[in-house]
Amino acid sequence: MPANLVPSASEFLRISPEILLTLVGTLMMTLESMFSRKRTLGVIAFIALLAAIGLSVAAHGDPGEAFHGMIRVDGFTTFFRILVFATGMLTILMSANYLEKAHAESAEFYALLVFCIVGQSLMVSSNELIMIFIGLETSSIASYVLAGYLRADRRNSEAALKYFLLGSFATAFLLYGVAWTYGITGTTNLSAIRQFLLGGQGSESALLLLAAAALMFVGFAFKVSAAPFQMWAPDVYQGAPAPVSAFLSAGPKAAAFAMFFRVALTAFEPIKGNWEPLLWASALATMVIGNFAALRQTNIKRLLAYSSIAHAGYVMVALTTASETGTAAAMFYLAAYAAMNLGAFAVVTHVARRGERYVEVNDMAGLSIRQPATAALLTIFLLSLIGVPLTGGFFGKFYIFKAALDANLVWLTVLGLLNSAVAAYYYLRIVVVMYMQPPAEGDTVLESPSAGIAVTIWATAVATVLLGVLPGFVLDFAGRSAGFAR
Amino acid sequence: MNLLDLLLLIPAAGFFITLLLPRDNPGLVRNFALGLSVVVFVMSLGLIGPVQSNPDAYSFESNAVWIETPHIRYHTGVDGLSLWLVILSTLLTPICILVSWKYIQKRVNEFYAFMLLLLVGVIGVFVSLDLFLFYVFWEVSLVPMYFLVGIWGHDKRIYAAVKFFLYTMAGSVLMLAAIIYLYNKTGSFDLPGIVGLIGDGRLALSPAEGFWLFLAFFFAFAIKVPLFPLHTWLPDAHGEAPTAGSVMLASVMLKLGTYGIVRICLPMFPEAARDNAPWIIGLAIAGIIYGALVAMVQPNMKRLVAYSSVSHLGFVILGVFSFTQAGIDGAVYQMLNHGISTGALFILVGYLYERHHTLEIADYGGVGTVAPWLTTVFMVTTLASVGLPLLNNFVGEFLVLQGAMQVSFGYAFFAAIGVILSVVYMLWMVQRTFYGETPDEVRRHVTDLNGREWAIMLPLIVLMVWMGIGTKSFLPPITANNQKTLEMVLQPSGALNAATTLPAKESVHAR
Repeated sequence: MPANLVPSASEFLRISPEILLTLVGTLMMTLESMFSRKRTLGVIAFIALLAAIGLSVAAHGDPGEAFHGMIRVDGFTTFFRILVFATGMLTILMSANYLEKAHAESAEFYALLVFCIVGQSLMVSSNELIMIFIGLETSSIASYVLAGYLRADRRNSEAALKYFLLGSFATAFLLYGVAWTYGITGTTNLSAIRQFLLGGQGSESALLLLAAAALMFVGFAFKVSAAPFQMWAPDVYQGAPAPVSAFLSAGPKAAAFAMFFRVALTAFEPIKGNWEPLLWASALATMVIGNFAALRQTNIKRLLAYSSIAHAGYVMVALTTASETGTAAAMFYLAAYAAMNLGAFAVVTHVARRGERYVEVNDMAGLSIRQPATAALLTIFLLSLIGVPLTGGFFGKFYIFKAALDANLVWLTVLGLLNSAVAAYYYLRIVVVMYMQPPAEGDTVLESPSAGIAVTIWATAVATVLLGVLPGFVLDFAGRSAGFAR
Repeated sequence: MNLLDLLLLIPAAGFFITLLLPRDNPGLVRNFALGLSVVVFVMSLGLIGPVQSNPDAYSFESNAVWIETPHIRYHTGVDGLSLWLVILSTLLTPICILVSWKYIQKRVNEFYAFMLLLLVGVIGVFVSLDLFLFYVFWEVSLVPMYFLVGIWGHDKRIYAAVKFFLYTMAGSVLMLAAIIYLYNKTGSFDLPGIVGLIGDGRLALSPAEGFWLFLAFFFAFAIKVPLFPLHTWLPDAHGEAPTAGSVMLASVMLKLGTYGIVRICLPMFPEAARDNAPWIIGLAIAGIIYGALVAMVQPNMKRLVAYSSVSHLGFVILGVFSFTQAGIDGAVYQMLNHGISTGALFILVGYLYERHHTLEIADYGGVGTVAPWLTTVFMVTTLASVGLPLLNNFVGEFLVLQGAMQVSFGYAFFAAIGVILSVVYMLWMVQRTFYGETPDEVRRHVTDLNGREWAIMLPLIVLMVWMGIGTKSFLPPITANNQKTLEMVLQPSGALNAATTLPAKESVHAR
């Protein structure tokens, strides 16, 4: 089939964002010495990501498969591509000043970030297990390094080591599951696996196939920090540089959920009766563990880490529904979560100051007096994380639990909603400290936010409120894109 | 855009403008907030005419799409039930702003901004005709109150604020689940629409469904009311809030709960409401007596008034669940009365606190000799609160007791004990505070009412008398609306709709 071996132009267009970002990342690494001011590289990465968003939109105009069904560009892909690219852009804005203060601004950081995003972009657009694995590894390895980016800082090294050891262990599970699946079905293409299962050919090896799916789900659950594989998240989020924690909680998590949804709802959808109870239990456990552990945290990064576990639990609820409305709800939720969590982490990055000396909840004391605007915006993010109406977080939760009730998951809904009432307590504690306690004596001066941080905070706040007041635009797109081509 | 939309829009705009006003000019902020809230109040009076002429339908209705899917609409309107509650809110907001004139000295911009946001929230709850919108406003009203208590309150303010928020949140998430469940069944959040579907039997809920949905809504409302034994957040929040916060909490926010019960629980789940009435009435009566007994032993005046609210709100619940015209009319009237008289009590206690900086009853005594007018006004308010004839609470309590009596003598008997107890705890407090020896401390600090304080109290006193004598000015729209609600509750489910919806041909067959 020689004609098929030469990819067509539209096939190239469909992976053009990845191509562009890979090129830019590589060039940044090799040409680093030409730039005396490393900030320029950040600007280049930023522009490249912006261009990648443009290319994703262009590719969306011509949806379809590419490279023998390895890549599939559809609404779902485009949604998550734009989400991870935008997350990357905000991370760059947040990091520039942070890195400069730590005397650690370099091409490496920006290039690693770009590579990490390439991986995520592949994860969300692959329709094939091997491609998914390659994307996941690209993203993961880059993020291990990012977590330990400030080598001199012991907390960074610890975070990176833990992340790396546990992460590779989990990807090994995933790969093992992929191998089993291939052994049984003879294919790694998601649609082909689905056809195989629908054809009932796997009946004699049904148990093996379930085991294969379970192995893969272990890998996915680790990446999205769902119970019982959530243990790494608090240590990593606490230890990694604050902007990197922000990035990890938004981009890679969204991408990991995207591939989780795609694999579960295309390839393994025919046997969903078998995995639904498992996800039900995992979703509930994730919410409970995240929320109740967060109640007792004093370190704000660790608190946000547990909160991010809890929020992963809500998205797991959406996955448990195994429905189109659930998928759309999860898409919306992940976008809203990215906005509010990046915003919250940006404020934390700002208040932590050089060397991250101020990361306790109590260090937020009196922020409303020193910097009323920053405090007010953080309050918006926290209210959104609680799920108070007129914020994106509320609509996200609303859609998820609506999907859950649609799927008759009444108990999961009630317990999940009660969980979100528990969560109000620990988010409110931060508000209490900011608004109701005076600044601590002898604190060092808190400068006004750098331009990058300020832009991040304002942009995410606007996004959070917009998603809460006029969610229609994003929700319509998510609703139209939630059905997977099978 | 009609008058009602403006009543929501103007304070919302005021919220943002107040935050943006210069921080070094608190006088400007106060005047702006006061001016704006007075304008809103005057505008809200414009609602009266049209609603009174047509009280059992919605006036000033707006119905526009907010979000396409799921189908959420901005649907608002006002009828006889919500009319006076809206006006109560718009009346008390300028009063609370005046009350805070001297008392609030830190973060003035935020304080008045939150007062205006609170006004948006509570008006929104009273006029929402879309369940989703109702929930949005319900939660939005929570946030400013949380800050009002937490930033400007007394010593234990943070504990009180967080407790208040968590209690309400826990109740409201269950309500959200119920709202979503109803949406999945009907494809609509429209309150009159769903009530219509249930009323004529097109939406049949199984008894179990009806029970759980009723309970989910009722639990959220009962926490807000608060119904004994869910009241434990109330003494803390009321006791720790600044005066304006206590007034808005007691006078307006508690009514969100009772309003929700009458507006949503009764017409939507008539069967469940009837089935569950006995134990709810039991709790209401327990609350009436318990609240009164606990109020009696409070050493702190503000907490005393707070516990008296538990008792008074028990009457409202009792009246509603008596399912008699008199009872439910009295209950709604009592919502307004409690708003006026308890609000006034909190304001007067606040006056004492501003002078003497203590709320302990034991620190006072003989205030009457140094501040005769303050004492007189306090006495009038107290008498109104304990239900002296010719004053407002008498009317409400009388109607509630009458309604309760129609159902069972026992209900009325035990509730009446609460009336007697209220006289005991209130007058005992007045006696210890205003009569007897005047300690030197009191003599030095306590002065009589000044002009601003008179201006605050006069309209409230006038209303206490007017609502006690001129019930004709207020009750007719309430009665008309309640009549409609009662019909829905008391119709045996299925019977009426069979008669109205079955085509004539089939009824012939039935014969």
